[in-house]
Amino acid sequence: MVDVSIIGAGVAGLCLATEITARGGNVAIYDREPQIGEHACSWWAGGMLAPFCEGESAEEPVVRHGQTAAAWWEKHTSSVTRNGSLVLALGRDTSELTRFSRRTSGMETVNADVIDTLEPDLSGRFSKGLFFKSEAHLSPRDALAQLTKNLQSNGVAVQTDMPDTTPNRIDCRGLSAKDALQDLRGVKGEMLILRCPDITLSRPIRLLHPRIPIYIVPRGDGVFMLGATMIESQDRNRITARSMLELLSAAYALLPAFGEAEILEIGVDARPAFPDNLPRIQQRDGVIYANGLYRHGFLLAPALAQMTADYLFTGNKPEFWHEN
Amino acid sequence: MRSFYGVTLDNPLMLGTALYPSPAIMADAFATSKAAVATVSLRREGSVDQAGQDFWNIIRDLSVHILPNTAGCHSVKEAVTTAHMAREIFNTNWIKLEVIGHTDTLQPDVFGLVEAARILSQDGFQVFPYTTEDLVVAEKLLHAGCEVLMPWGAPIGSGQGLNNILGLRSMRAHFADVPLVIDAGIGLPSHATAAMELGFDAVLLNTAVAKAGDPVEMARAMALALAAGQAGANADPMEPRDMAAPSTPVIGKAFLE
Repeated sequence: MVDVSIIGAGVAGLCLATEITARGGNVAIYDREPQIGEHACSWWAGGMLAPFCEGESAEEPVVRHGQTAAAWWEKHTSSVTRNGSLVLALGRDTSELTRFSRRTSGMETVNADVIDTLEPDLSGRFSKGLFFKSEAHLSPRDALAQLTKNLQSNGVAVQTDMPDTTPNRIDCRGLSAKDALQDLRGVKGEMLILRCPDITLSRPIRLLHPRIPIYIVPRGDGVFMLGATMIESQDRNRITARSMLELLSAAYALLPAFGEAEILEIGVDARPAFPDNLPRIQQRDGVIYANGLYRHGFLLAPALAQMTADYLFTGNKPEFWHEN
Repeated sequence: MRSFYGVTLDNPLMLGTALYPSPAIMADAFATSKAAVATVSLRREGSVDQAGQDFWNIIRDLSVHILPNTAGCHSVKEAVTTAHMAREIFNTNWIKLEVIGHTDTLQPDVFGLVEAARILSQDGFQVFPYTTEDLVVAEKLLHAGCEVLMPWGAPIGSGQGLNNILGLRSMRAHFADVPLVIDAGIGLPSHATAAMELGFDAVLLNTAVAKAGDPVEMARAMALALAAGQAGANADPMEPRDMAAPSTPVIGKAFLE
């Protein structure tokens, strides 16, 4: 019988608790807060399940393991939409599309007619794009709430008081684990949540730019997530004026109707990342650490959870295992 | 060999640290290319006290000369403030001075550049100004205290290579004793070779390596290309001529004039 204590109830901890519970293990899960919320990096995630698009800059394991994410989330939640993703570039940045298509797979080049059919609101604005048909997206907060609820109905509630000694501790604290993991660093991300009932988009749109690529993920009911900056900084306090300008300018360039959007939320946090920007499972002083999901929280947390559970149940060191 | 404020570089590659897929790949690119200098931007990462520390530590661990830059600064005041912050963080007087004049093309504001160079030079900085190939601006930068000039090859991030060969050649001829670095616009190894063949002392590049499909391999290619151009320039190349020059005399044929 596997009997573990998971510290951290963000996307990494909740996926791991779900995976271990599903395999018949016995889990206790602890966090500062009883509910997922602003304190967790995954609260601010985009929720794109876009392994092929990520392949533009991410390494091969991200593309490979990311392809199993949508099915995992569908199995455990009802938050997934499978509508693909659409990659576009403004007039003078169209050479970025060529580069992006050379660096990725699983897509087709689409012309103005196809773009207009896919996203009628963008009609007449783009003559060329890339459509990644098999990709998906989810609503991060719904997904995390559903995992929490599923766990509760299995008798696993998130607890805020952690005993000093807990059996088989697994640390999923993200950047907070920096006190134990020296080469973990923060990569600042800034995002906005907008409401613009005039606009309907059916899938995440990525707008390529040599310096400031952005994406817009529809959350339904005229709500959109607009993200995200990538800054080598562990500051998680505030958005800068420049970042806000860049994000909003890109949204406005995609579709001027975004100029009328209400800004519902401003999100700032720092993604936990190791130097190779890939996740790691490692063991130190009797504690297992599953961390380093970087910008791939929802894309790679299922694989990280499965690998960590494999290790717990079989003792075999998985692909993301890292020797200290 | 011309030195950079007394420092002789054993490799003419100055490599930027932005836009890589990961810090690990960046470190590999430095190790493979043996780049002698790392440029690092502070403007954004440094906006909150020490929040960029982890990334700066990774750059320090590269064990190369660090050339902090004022990328993203649009005024003299911003550039001067950023330079002071850089000196504190990296404990160096070197500063790559950028004063951007145009947001869209990232062209240098040469008027602000000269002013900022004067202020910083008087304050003990050793300034590497990002400038154009304009000879008059270059003169003024030298008068302001600069001992290195860094003309652009083409606009930042454009990958267009050397746009104005004639201008760069006359710059080299005009400032025979000044170390000159091509900064910005390099896209291909052949561009880097061309810069060295013109007699430039170093090349500073970032996007060409960081945004290549295989940044480490491109870093290696750039290092080889620079070495080839440098060796070629040192070897006193032949003068080009309009006609074929047969290596054996052509007897009995009419001479063409």
